[in-house]
Amino acid sequence: MSAVESDGFRALFEPRGVLVAGVSTHPGKFGFVSLHNILASGYTGAVYGTSREAGEVLGIPIVASVEDLPDGVIDLVFVCTPAPANADLLRACAKKGIRAAFIASAGYGEAGEEGQQMQADLVALADELGMLVAGPNGQGVVSTPANLCAQIVAPYPPAGAIGIASQSGNFISSFMNYAVQTGVGVSRAVSAGNAAHVTIPDYLDFYAQDAATRVALAYVEGVPDGRTFFERTRAVAASMPLVLVKGGATAGGQRAAASHTGSLASDDRVFDGMCRQAGITRAATIEEAFEAAATFATQPLPSGNRVVVLTTAGGWGVVTADAISRSSLALTPLPDDLRAALDDKLPPRWSRNNPVDLAGAETRDTIPEVIDLIVGHPEVDAVIYLGLGIQSNQAALMRGGQFYPDHGIERIVEYHERQDARFAVAAAEASDRFRKPVLTATELAITHPANAGPVAVRLSGRLCYATANRAVTALDHLWQRAKHQQARVGA
Amino acid sequence: MPTLSEAESKRRLAGHGIAFPDERVVQSAPEAVAAAAALGHPVVLKLGGEAIAHKTERGLVRLRLGDADAVAEAAEALLAAARPDDGEVHLLVAPMLAGNRELIAGLHHDEQFGMTVMLGVGGILAEAVADVAFRLVPVSRLEAGEMIDDLATQKLLGEFRGEPAVDREALIDVLVGLSDAAMADASILSADLNPLIVVDGRPVAVDALVEVA
Repeated sequence: MSAVESDGFRALFEPRGVLVAGVSTHPGKFGFVSLHNILASGYTGAVYGTSREAGEVLGIPIVASVEDLPDGVIDLVFVCTPAPANADLLRACAKKGIRAAFIASAGYGEAGEEGQQMQADLVALADELGMLVAGPNGQGVVSTPANLCAQIVAPYPPAGAIGIASQSGNFISSFMNYAVQTGVGVSRAVSAGNAAHVTIPDYLDFYAQDAATRVALAYVEGVPDGRTFFERTRAVAASMPLVLVKGGATAGGQRAAASHTGSLASDDRVFDGMCRQAGITRAATIEEAFEAAATFATQPLPSGNRVVVLTTAGGWGVVTADAISRSSLALTPLPDDLRAALDDKLPPRWSRNNPVDLAGAETRDTIPEVIDLIVGHPEVDAVIYLGLGIQSNQAALMRGGQFYPDHGIERIVEYHERQDARFAVAAAEASDRFRKPVLTATELAITHPANAGPVAVRLSGRLCYATANRAVTALDHLWQRAKHQQARVGA
Repeated sequence: MPTLSEAESKRRLAGHGIAFPDERVVQSAPEAVAAAAALGHPVVLKLGGEAIAHKTERGLVRLRLGDADAVAEAAEALLAAARPDDGEVHLLVAPMLAGNRELIAGLHHDEQFGMTVMLGVGGILAEAVADVAFRLVPVSRLEAGEMIDDLATQKLLGEFRGEPAVDREALIDVLVGLSDAAMADASILSADLNPLIVVDGRPVAVDALVEVA
């Protein structure tokens, strides 16, 4: 990345001051919503606005001309003005020292011949001014280290390590909605819009060098220059996990993509081979992509594919064993010394194999002890833990029932909730101590998100998977990357 | 975009580590008989030429010729089957190779990603099975190995019906050989090694079709 580009990305993601161009007094218009979101997310830099009529909106003084703004204090302009007005606007902004623009305005490459010409002119102007121009026709930019939510839609996500770039703005929202739901947060997010001047690989290059970002997550529909995309994403994936979803993987999806972003059809099997060669983690769905990225961000990579399933009830273990067998992971036979160690802790009715099914045999301290024994065993590379939160779910029923708090109910409710929180912490601590992935899965994560189990998983900074199958899919992605890297050590 | 004859296709790809059968190009029936005797029976006889791409469909491939008489008869019949628009033709004499497993490999140009190496499960059900893997050229030995691992039909690569497992290094040789050929010769637009018959575990390209610019 050149010094000019790097400076432009800093202006985009960590601006000292932001100007909203085209502020509106109507709370339904982009020129109002973007200003609102910048102010509401806690941005601490200076905020300015321009509009055809000077005045005040949301407490911000609005001036009629960029010339009336101070010099050298604004780094980013968020543009909501109509496309034909933007060339003059950007020239005026450059004179004020503004080095990055996010263009939300539509009417460019997606809008016929005239728009395409305007887009070409916009790129030429960006180069002439040495300004980084994101968009046009994009929904905005988010940067949690700067408390910046410069976008025309919600949400503003919790802070975290995932950097997102998308050819479709809606998926920026989708990914960030998952971040809000799961608590696994985002560093930067940008909707590339028409990606006229700054493309998806440009953003990914920045993320690869960004101290705030440890995992890159991208949505693409088309890849105009496939070779360059391959070379650049391979370089990104060599330095951090890169999770990618491609829209238009099927003939039906490609027809939709052609009308959405004008993307060319290509053989999906070639795209898939390219991803594997580049070390890209390719996910089939948006949900799978977020969960893969969230897992990279919150779990260590496994050093092998030997998985042990720990469950408090049989059926879950069986279904999870099926899912593991269909993946590149291995349901490892329980090592003899581990079986003997578990025998010492458990009454005879436990499964005595993998999955380790406690079959209700656990007492007060069993689960934290068993987790430690399994995760710490040298022949185990990863653990999937099922059954968290069952007792807290019962506690919730008791807490809401007419007998609460009498009959000893209050005491047992508090005990169950304390225990489930303790188990979640034990799983996270064992994972940290032994540097192995430990994934906790229960549908309570989405059916009863206030359950003490999932709440404690979220507090530990980790993802509580809604099903064991989704945990297996995420872990499989981690193993694929680990294997890819292991094969290249010293190569 | 002309397609090359089988013999010329193999010549273009040769020297990069792809295993082809020991074959002879001859012009007449007596030469074919001599070549077959030198290679050892049974042999395969094919009518070749720049303009002949679909030999099987036109019945220009004769298999399992077990003695000199069979070779002579087949050679005369094939030469007689040549049409005026086939241009110059020749006879290709090759040992009859047998194996229960067929793979396909090739070079294909992708509009977005450029030249790619392809590996797939071959045979008459290949299109229906559609078990293929791609990598962009250049393909390293490591990447070629990962490509083999991508095939869904892994059982076909292990020990199979009394035949040994597919020689992984030999298959990597073929894939890297295709990649090297594409890097060395920019005029190659596409190549098909179909079938790659697995003979005693080793993949041998019994047919090849190269398209050049």
